Amino acid sequence: MDHADIRETFFTECEDLLEALHDGLARIEYTLCIGMDAETVNTVFRAVHSIKGGAGAFKLDQLVRFAHQFETTLDALRAGRIVADPALMGLLHRSADQLSDLVQVARAGNDAACPNLLCLTHELAAAAGEDEDNGDSDAEDFGFSPLSLDLDLGGSDLTSGSNGGRYAIAFSPTRALYACGNDTSVLLRVLSDLGRMEVRLDRSRLPDFDALDWQESWLDWQIILETDEPEHQIDEIFEFVEDLCRLEVSPLPEDMTLEETEVGHAPEPPASTVAGPLKKPADEGRGSAPRATVRVDLDRVDRLINIVGELVINQAMLSQCVQDEGVPQRSPMRGRLDDFRSLAREIQASVMAIRAQAIKPLFQRMARIAREAATSAGKQVRLVTEGEGTEVDKTVIERLADPLTHMIRNAVDHGIETPELRASAGKSETGMITLSAAHRSGRVLIEVQDDGGGINRPRVLEIARSKGLVPENAVLSDEETDELLFMPGFSTASVLSDLSGRGVGMDVVRSTIESLGGRVGITSVPGHGTRFSISLPLTLAVLDGMVVDVSGQTMVIPVSTIIETLRPCPADVHGLGSGGQVVGIRGSFVPIVDCGAVFGYRDPVHTYDKSVLLLVETGRQKLCALVVDAIHDQRQVVIKGLETGYGDIPGIAAATILGDGRIALIIDPEGLVELGASPHGPGSEL
Amino acid sequence: MPLTILAIDDSRTIRELLREALVRAGFQVHLAIDGVDGLEKLDAVRPNAVITDINMPRMDGFGFIRAVRAQPEQSALPIIVLTTESAAELKSRAREAGATAWIVKPFDEAKLVSALRRVTAA
Repeated sequence: MDHADIRETFFTECEDLLEALHDGLARIEYTLCIGMDAETVNTVFRAVHSIKGGAGAFKLDQLVRFAHQFETTLDALRAGRIVADPALMGLLHRSADQLSDLVQVARAGNDAACPNLLCLTHELAAAAGEDEDNGDSDAEDFGFSPLSLDLDLGGSDLTSGSNGGRYAIAFSPTRALYACGNDTSVLLRVLSDLGRMEVRLDRSRLPDFDALDWQESWLDWQIILETDEPEHQIDEIFEFVEDLCRLEVSPLPEDMTLEETEVGHAPEPPASTVAGPLKKPADEGRGSAPRATVRVDLDRVDRLINIVGELVINQAMLSQCVQDEGVPQRSPMRGRLDDFRSLAREIQASVMAIRAQAIKPLFQRMARIAREAATSAGKQVRLVTEGEGTEVDKTVIERLADPLTHMIRNAVDHGIETPELRASAGKSETGMITLSAAHRSGRVLIEVQDDGGGINRPRVLEIARSKGLVPENAVLSDEETDELLFMPGFSTASVLSDLSGRGVGMDVVRSTIESLGGRVGITSVPGHGTRFSISLPLTLAVLDGMVVDVSGQTMVIPVSTIIETLRPCPADVHGLGSGGQVVGIRGSFVPIVDCGAVFGYRDPVHTYDKSVLLLVETGRQKLCALVVDAIHDQRQVVIKGLETGYGDIPGIAAATILGDGRIALIIDPEGLVELGASPHGPGSEL
Repeated sequence: MPLTILAIDDSRTIRELLREALVRAGFQVHLAIDGVDGLEKLDAVRPNAVITDINMPRMDGFGFIRAVRAQPEQSALPIIVLTTESAAELKSRAREAGATAWIVKPFDEAKLVSALRRVTAA
């Protein structure tokens, strides 16, 4: 590992430390009423401390300085000198955010000054009870530097004018010197490196063997050292033991010698160095050991996933061959093949799990978003997270960041009321936003719930009408009204705040979620709040597909989009004036889209007695009936992207390889319906 | 035979920096992530000297040193404390616990090697 690698290690480690920091602060805040847990405070302190330590090694001065002040304030908290009230917690949260920013800035390699830095540093100093006038407020003097204690052996001689000479050294160790890992023979050997040395061992105090306490110090030394090195070099050798021995160093006239010499006789250390079995201290081994992890390049994981995908396809092909060869059901080959299949599936699941990550870091980012949004909107908001440990595919997490940010901002801006309004409604002045994640029947369910005023439906309708999104006299149910929020170009805030109104509407949120194979829904109770629910597939590498036949072509439709399948009675199918057709299902009419015709495989058919209709949801809760010729089966398929080879193909999401080796296209129902409805699409030529 | 050093620090960054510096100086290096891990590795590694951080989870540097010194046969093991603070109090606590020497972080390689040399005569 070279230095650049270690630098990268530092920044990766910072991610973990920052996570621990945010986590710890949240925990402190959460347990404020029942008193602080000392270990949590210590963990938070340690995270900042470690960032400072590493930053120091890479000379990231700005980071070191801020971390140091942060650490000082946390130390005051740890020592009980200051109290964790809401104001301090707010400051600590902001400081943690600032620290994250500084790490990011340092990682990017630019040392752009952060505007709030000095201000925040002063706030931290003030909170720690430090006197502002005591040097810290002075920007010049601010470069705190506890890190440069000079222990340098090779440094220039500052302490004594003399360079070299002869010295008499009297050295009498105490018992304690031996007790803390010092070895007189080592000290003497290091001393002898300074020049020519005569050593006399004084063992006059050594008792008879019977009376010998082996831990006691019995030996003294008189040394004459002839050296070219300055005197402070001698002192430095004894630096760590100066309080553990009697040491006298004095310059010696030229002609004096020791009468009796036992030169170079380095005595055996009095303590045995044999290590015995080690007992683990009972009460200090508490706490769980950190989980061992390996950091792997993402490319490698993706390659592995790809190969395992091939393996699963290959296994399916093999099964198909065995089937085609007419191998009897009960033959051993079938049994082995079944084992192979379950193993392949298991490998696939395990490999997929590598890509899965806890959603926690994303949630932590949202906590910050909520804090910032609340501050600028002048509201009091508390974000509570649940199910942070829920594991989701890394790509899903990455692509979820923007929509989730928008939803949190929305919840703060439009959901939570002002403190005055909340108080008058009999609610706590602090609004609560709950962000939760959970695994639900093979999918990930993420919910953003606020306890605000709920959707103002009359206002929503009014805006939708004024913008021409709905006809003037349309009568909409509550659910339909709520759905208007997802319409492109809709924004309820009469004055756009600088947060939500960034040109990203809920329609973009919905389309992003849908591009991940997910769905988003909304429920709202006036006066009690709003809940957005996002449901996502666990992974983007495989999907549950329904294998269908369209004009002799085998195609796959994501099961997640299919609501039901049906064979229509001819009487339920109605023609429209424009040439389109609808099917009546339980009293409502659903437009029919013929896959074969839209993809240009065949001319549109008009009777569907031999076809199957798949009722799919194509976003914005619009239903559509896709016409296919037959359903083969339902299975998990490995998604093979087409973007690199073919670009974006309307109506087609991706491809997969089936068990018999044939390639099947995976249909994107929403794209298909748009294609069918577009003026140039084959479906509307009628 | 190169001398063997056991380096204990909860920060991965510092561990790697220590490893880099010590290997370059010709030592054989083993790493541990905290006091508990250090104690566990002590037997297997049989180091000639230990370098340890102070503030660590599970068991801090003082706890580690006390646990080592509690065994008479380990009283001669040189233990160097690695600390960010130069506060005299911290040093006296380290001394009290039985530390042999101390280095201030961020350590420079020369100081590290010099301190090791002074406790092992390497």
